[in-house]
Amino acid sequence: MSRIQISQGRIIDPANKIDHVGSVYIADGKIVSVLSEPDGFRPDRTIDASDRIICPGFIDLSTRLREPGQSRKATFASETRAAASAGITAMCLQPDTVPVIDTPAVAELVKDIAEKAGYAQIYPIAALSQKLEGTELSNMLSLMQAGCIAVGNANQPVRNLLILRRAMEYAASHDLLLMFRPNDYWLGNNGCAHEGVFATRYGLPSIPEAAETIAVAQCLELAELTGCRVHFGQLSGKRSVIRIHQAKKYGLDVSADVAMHQLHLTENDIAPFDSAYHVLPPLRTEEDKEYLRQGLAGGTINSICSDHQPHDIDAKLGAFPETEPGMSTLETLLPLMLSLVAQRAITLTQGIAALTEKPAQILRLRSGALTPGFSADVCVFDPELTWQVNQDNWQSQGVNTPFWGQTLKGRVTHTLQGGRIIHELEQGAGHVPGHGLRA
Amino acid sequence: MGDNLQLNSEGKLKHFLTIEGLDKNLLTEILDTAESFAGMSEQQVKKVPLLRGKTIVNLFFENSTRTRTTFELAATRLSADVLSMNIATSATSKGESLLDTIRNLESMFVDMFVVRHNISGAAHFIAQHTAPHISVINAGDGQHAHPTQAMLDMFTIRQIKQDFSNLRVAIIGDILHSRVARSQILALNTLGAAEVRVIAPKTLLPAHVETLGVTVSHNLKEGLKDIDVIIMLRLQKERMTSALLPSESEYFKCFGLTEDKLKIARPDAIVMHPGPINRGVEIDSKVADGPQSVILKQVSNGIAVRMAVMSMAMQRQGALS
Repeated sequence: MSRIQISQGRIIDPANKIDHVGSVYIADGKIVSVLSEPDGFRPDRTIDASDRIICPGFIDLSTRLREPGQSRKATFASETRAAASAGITAMCLQPDTVPVIDTPAVAELVKDIAEKAGYAQIYPIAALSQKLEGTELSNMLSLMQAGCIAVGNANQPVRNLLILRRAMEYAASHDLLLMFRPNDYWLGNNGCAHEGVFATRYGLPSIPEAAETIAVAQCLELAELTGCRVHFGQLSGKRSVIRIHQAKKYGLDVSADVAMHQLHLTENDIAPFDSAYHVLPPLRTEEDKEYLRQGLAGGTINSICSDHQPHDIDAKLGAFPETEPGMSTLETLLPLMLSLVAQRAITLTQGIAALTEKPAQILRLRSGALTPGFSADVCVFDPELTWQVNQDNWQSQGVNTPFWGQTLKGRVTHTLQGGRIIHELEQGAGHVPGHGLRA
Repeated sequence: MGDNLQLNSEGKLKHFLTIEGLDKNLLTEILDTAESFAGMSEQQVKKVPLLRGKTIVNLFFENSTRTRTTFELAATRLSADVLSMNIATSATSKGESLLDTIRNLESMFVDMFVVRHNISGAAHFIAQHTAPHISVINAGDGQHAHPTQAMLDMFTIRQIKQDFSNLRVAIIGDILHSRVARSQILALNTLGAAEVRVIAPKTLLPAHVETLGVTVSHNLKEGLKDIDVIIMLRLQKERMTSALLPSESEYFKCFGLTEDKLKIARPDAIVMHPGPINRGVEIDSKVADGPQSVILKQVSNGIAVRMAVMSMAMQRQGALS
C-alpha cells in the first residue's frame, strides 16, 4: 500500500481538537501521524493542500441509493461516486430498499454491491420490523451480524406503540441503536407539504408539525421505559428540537440529526408546484429553520445528514402531490455547510464535527477523526472554489435538486477512503464554473 | 404564481390557471368581456365566429356536469370545434401518465385544453409542459383553484351590486377542501371587497386561513351580521366518514342557511352557491329557491364568463381579428 502525504493544509479535526496548518501522513490505508512528520517517512504521493482544508471524510447518517430494486433511479456506482466527489467516505443506507433490508441475505447483498462499487463505505440500516410493515420484529441480531449498523423504521409507521415498545426493548437487549424517523402516519394524513401558509394557499394536502413532534414525544417516553438508545433522524420542527433538548438535559441517551436542506429552505422558498421542493418531512417555517439551526449550534442536534434521495425524471414529472418526495443532496452537502458558517449559524469546526466526529460517535465507529491508527478516510476541500450545479459538475444520477443552476461555494478536491484516493478534482479546472470539473 | 406563467410577454392572458398574480384590470377586463357575451344567449342565433377553426379539448379527469356543459356551450357559441373527454374512465386507468395523455392530444393539433383534475397543481403542470401554442384553462384542480367559477361569481355579484368596494362577503362551509373558495377569496380581495369572511367549524378551515386575507368566524349567526353576499359551499358526504363532522343534521343545525338565519344578514343580501346544492344540508330549499337566491343566474353567467376567458386566451395568439 502506498504512502501519502497531504501537505500544508489547514487541518481541522474536531475529535482531536486540532485546527492547525500542517500535513497528514498516511500509510497502509491508515493515518500514521498528523502535523508531526514520522521518522523516515517517504511519501509515494504528495497532495498539495495549501489554501485548502483537510478534515476527516464525511459520514452521512441517511441516504437512499436506490439499489437494490430501483436502479432506474440510481445505482451504488453512480451514487457512491457522487458521494466520493462530495467528500463522503461512509454512508448509512435506509432499509426501505426493494426488497427491504430485513434479512441477512439482503444486508449481505447490499454490502457486496457496495464493495464492488468501491467508493464510500456503506452501512446498511436494518429494518426494525419485517418488510417494514410495523407488525413483526425483524431478526435484528442476525442483521447486525450481517453488517448492519443500526435498526430503523425508514419512513414507515410502526403499527402501534406496543410493537414499538417491544422492538425497542429487544433492540436494547442487544445494545442496538434505533435510528428513528419520527412521523405519526395518521396525523400525516398523506400530506405533501407543511400545514402552513403555503399549503393553505395552494390547496395542498398538508402535514402538521405535530405529526413529527408527537412521534418524538412518544419515542422519548419509550426510550426511558425501555433503555433503548435512540437516534432521531431528519428532524424538521421547532418543537422536536425543544423536546430533545429537554430529554438530553434530563439525561436520556438520545441523539438527533437534521437534513442539510432543512437548515436552508422553508415553505417560503417553494416555487408554486415545483416538485423539486417536494420532500418528507416537508419544508417548514422560518421559525422552525431558526430552531433547527440553534439546535445544531447548541448541540441538541448532533449531526447533519444529506437525506439523499435521487429520483429519475419521471418521478418528479407530475402535479406536486403526485410526485415522489426527496432531493438529490450529496453534492450540495459541503457548500451548504459552508454557507451556514458564512451566515454565522455555526462555526466551521462545528460544521465539520456535525459531518464527521458526531455521526461516528452516534454509530460508535472508529472513524470520523484523523486519529493515528484509524482508517485513512480524509476529505480535502477548497472553501473558496465556486462551481455551478449543472450537468457538467454533477455526478448523482438524480438531478432532483432545487439548487440546480445555482453557483455554490466550496468544493472537495480530494477524497481518500482507507488510504485510497477515490476522488480527485481535475487540476485548475475548478476555477471556471461550469467547465470540466468531472473527477 | 409569481412567475406568471399565465401571461404572455405583453401581459395578455395566455393560460387561465388561477386568480393569483392577475391584477384588478385584468379581472375587470374578463368581466367586461363577459358582459358583451351575456346578451347573446337570448338572441335567435347564439353564435359568434370568434374561434372558428379552433379545436378545444375538454379534459375532465374528474366528473362534472355543470362545468363541462357550460364550457362546451361556451366553446360552441364561439364556433370552436369541441371534444370532451372523460379521462377518469379512459387512459389514466390504463396507467398512462398525465404527460403522455397530453402529448398524445397535442399531436392531434388542438389549440386549447380545458382541464379538470382531482390533484392540486395539475393544470399548472400541464401548462408548463404543453406545446407553446396551446392555451390551458383550469376548470378546477384538486383543492387549489377554480378560477372560472370564481369569475362567474364575481360577474353575478357585479351584475347585482355594481361595485365591490363596500361589499362584505361571507363564504360558508368547507373552505379546507374548496378550490372555489380559494379562487373566490383571491378574486374578491383583488377586486377590492371591503371584507371577506369565512364561516365554518375549525375542521373545515385550513391552517392559518387568515393569511388568505379573510376574517374568520365559527358561528353562523354572528358571522352573518352586515353581510351583503352569502356564498354557500357544497358539503361532500365523505367529510362525515373522515371524522370532520359528526352528521349532516348537526351541520345543518349549526351552519345550514335557513330563512331565519338569512334575516341576520343585510336585507338586500344575495345568496349564492357554486352547485350542486345539497338541500337540507348546507341550505334550506326555501332559501335556495327564494327571492334572494341567485344560484341559477350563476349558472347562466357561467357560459358568458367562460366565453370571455376562452376568447381572451386565444386572442393573444393573434387568432382573432
